[in-house]
Amino acid sequence: MTKIMGYADRLSLQPGETVGIMASCIGADRFRAEIVRLLNPNAGMGASEYREVAIETPANATYKAREQKIHAGSFGVVPEKWALRGIESFTLQAYVWPTTPKKGARALMGNWAEPGTGFGLALDDKGAAEIRIGGFRLSSGVPMLERRWYLVAASFDAKSGQVKLWQEPIYDKTFHAERPVAVEGKAKASVADKGAPFLFAAWRAGESKTPTGWGRLLTKGHFNGRIDRPRLARIALDRAQIQALASGMLPSGVEEKVLGVWDFSKDISGERITDLSPNRLDGEVVNLPTRASPGHNWTGAEMNWTKAPEQYGAIHFHDDDISDAKWQPDFSFTVPKDATSGFYAAKLVADEAYFYVPFFVRPTRGTVKAKIAFLASTATYTVYANNRSRFVRMLTELYQGRLSMMDNVDILQFEFPEMGVSTYDRHTDGSGVSISSRLRPVTNWKPHGRLWNYCCDLFIVDWLEHTGLGYDVITDHDLHAEGQDLLRPYNVVITGSHPEYWSLEMLDALDGYQRQGGRHMYMGGNGFYWRIAFHPTNPNIIEVRRSEDGVRAWDARVGEYYHQFTGEYGGLWRRQGRAPQVPTGVGFISQGFDACSYYRRTDQSRDPRVAFMFEGVTDEILGDFGVLQGGAAGLEIDCADFSLGTPPHALVVAKSENHSNTYILVAEEINIGHGALDAVQNAAIHADLTFFETPSGGAVFSTGSIAYAGSLPINGFDNNIAKLTTNVLKRFVDDKPFPMPR
Amino acid sequence: MFKIDPSRLDVAREFKAKPFGEHSPELQYVLNYMRTRVTPDFHVLVMTEPGKRWVLAHMPTGGGVPRMTNQSFDKLEDAEWHVFKLRWKDITGQDLPID
Ligand SMILES: [Fe+2]
Repeated sequence: MTKIMGYADRLSLQPGETVGIMASCIGADRFRAEIVRLLNPNAGMGASEYREVAIETPANATYKAREQKIHAGSFGVVPEKWALRGIESFTLQAYVWPTTPKKGARALMGNWAEPGTGFGLALDDKGAAEIRIGGFRLSSGVPMLERRWYLVAASFDAKSGQVKLWQEPIYDKTFHAERPVAVEGKAKASVADKGAPFLFAAWRAGESKTPTGWGRLLTKGHFNGRIDRPRLARIALDRAQIQALASGMLPSGVEEKVLGVWDFSKDISGERITDLSPNRLDGEVVNLPTRASPGHNWTGAEMNWTKAPEQYGAIHFHDDDISDAKWQPDFSFTVPKDATSGFYAAKLVADEAYFYVPFFVRPTRGTVKAKIAFLASTATYTVYANNRSRFVRMLTELYQGRLSMMDNVDILQFEFPEMGVSTYDRHTDGSGVSISSRLRPVTNWKPHGRLWNYCCDLFIVDWLEHTGLGYDVITDHDLHAEGQDLLRPYNVVITGSHPEYWSLEMLDALDGYQRQGGRHMYMGGNGFYWRIAFHPTNPNIIEVRRSEDGVRAWDARVGEYYHQFTGEYGGLWRRQGRAPQVPTGVGFISQGFDACSYYRRTDQSRDPRVAFMFEGVTDEILGDFGVLQGGAAGLEIDCADFSLGTPPHALVVAKSENHSNTYILVAEEINIGHGALDAVQNAAIHADLTFFETPSGGAVFSTGSIAYAGSLPINGFDNNIAKLTTNVLKRFVDDKPFPMPR
Repeated sequence: MFKIDPSRLDVAREFKAKPFGEHSPELQYVLNYMRTRVTPDFHVLVMTEPGKRWVLAHMPTGGGVPRMTNQSFDKLEDAEWHVFKLRWKDITGQDLPID
């Protein structure tokens, strides 16, 4: 079967700018590419007939197919330097915290390379510490336990051939039967390996013909777990000298023999790793391992790594980390000067296989082409990129109340696991995935498949097209970079079906816009929920630390609540004084995925302040229809909560009801578990269609439901949801200020 | 602990009539029982035509490439009922005497 996949080197483009498209195609000689603008999702029954508009461009062509590989797995690397040459005797040591000691041999540190040159510390195939010198190996013989700290050290005296290896558990208040292990052996091997880089958490495995995460270096033996305070000396140190070096001092009398004293607590936000020794064997990490990880000496007294970096000297490496596939472009597309702003994609087709590579065309910076902006939730799309967890356990069916569904593009993720997972997943060692990059093929940004996020937002695009009022598409990434100025020219900013992830910069920009008279239509559910951190220099990469609370795919370990990229505290915005109810009037209350429901108008909907909304809407029941499980209220729903910041003058104009058993109260609303947490029994569970005015003549309209977007196209947009929403849009586009009620 | 009572055909009929949406407490217990079992693999649907056609497949627990069956559906409700019957038989040892 032919396979095709790809990604773009840029996400949001202005007219005149060029995007490179990287593709990998297996099983065909050629593939066809076409640049398309997407107008709606391919959603089947009830939705508008699927349409995509081909853009006239020389990029639309047939290209020679080639396979491009992904080299996943994080590691640290120090480039070959003078101080690393001519090593004969040596000592290697580090504190290590293995997470998969039973998963076969793994590298810890050294310049060891397959099939057997150089020297290095490793875990053997049983998870015991091992020293490798060329083809020689000596193991402690005692498997290390998961998620415990050890001091691992090895020395080699080239003259005598004496090899020593230590594996010592670190006292940590738990009870266990482990004892320090020390073994000795004799090696005839020579360590000589000229011109080799020095690695952490991987060993060298040759060269690639194409770029990899670091030059063209191929790596194997990727370690799962943490490494703290690694050291290298060009002499066989004794145990006391190793201890001195471990604690940060240069052992007296042999100071000049110490080559590397790495401190992973430096530059935690970036990729640099620092050697404190005069040799400055600095290096970098590749494929973004998790930093800001508690080290062997973390006491639990300080949770914030910026306040006690010396207790956060560990890097947590994973064999499935991937920050950039480093593929070569197959072709490029230059956005025509007169291009319409919108959702675009390079559609790649080979035989029966196809793959959409999405990107966005925004207006030229500082200009607008419409009074309406649709803010594409690109931060949320990135965080969700390659969501694998929903397919790997029956748990998804349990909470969704229906069989899990996938399509052929989703399956690519299982055929090519090296493309990596999302922040909804756990790494292969069970630790939560806190970093997601979009510089790799992404299987869930497409106009087909599960009607979620990207695909679901195309319902809103479809409706905007239908209104004919004109709109620009801008992205979270633009908002994070440019702030309020991006929004200011627009009378209305529309946020999507599930704008869940927000950086402080994004949230401040929206707040400022709303305060200055901007109008905001929040057309979704569970928005403005998690705090995120963008990579300091590469906005394609986003971090989320799932701390404390919330409906979450995994829970951050205690002590790991602060983002490595920014030092900002992670978790729900609600737990940081900025609940979603503040900007939108509503916040997450429940989710369920088996059936959607409807809204019923409230007495507040008769208020003259919202008369504009109900012009021509006579029904009391709103949205008892929809492509998304038959109703406008559902999937993830939000309600008003005045204690969390819903403005006191907000009007709840319609309220959903009659939700099913799978709708359970969100975790952050449950302090004591009990048996009445589902919507059949718990009256708190409902969506609120909410409106309020803001100072300076602005206003906010919130649907509080992901499913809402799927009701818009029903009956050719002739229905009470489309009518009401279009009424809101028309009024919001109108310059006439909204007066604040007294 | 709750166990499925194979004589409660009324519960199975309720599911057949309405696989999605509000369920009686008895039916919800049955579904929870079925969906919390730990099995080497579990049923998923592979959508072959958007919103129109779904093929039943076995997905390995923990991840892997799904194994397709030759059973396909053009209504999600039919897929749910098909899987419900398979699980009923698997758990109770008895065929559901309902089509
Ligand atoms: Fe979400």
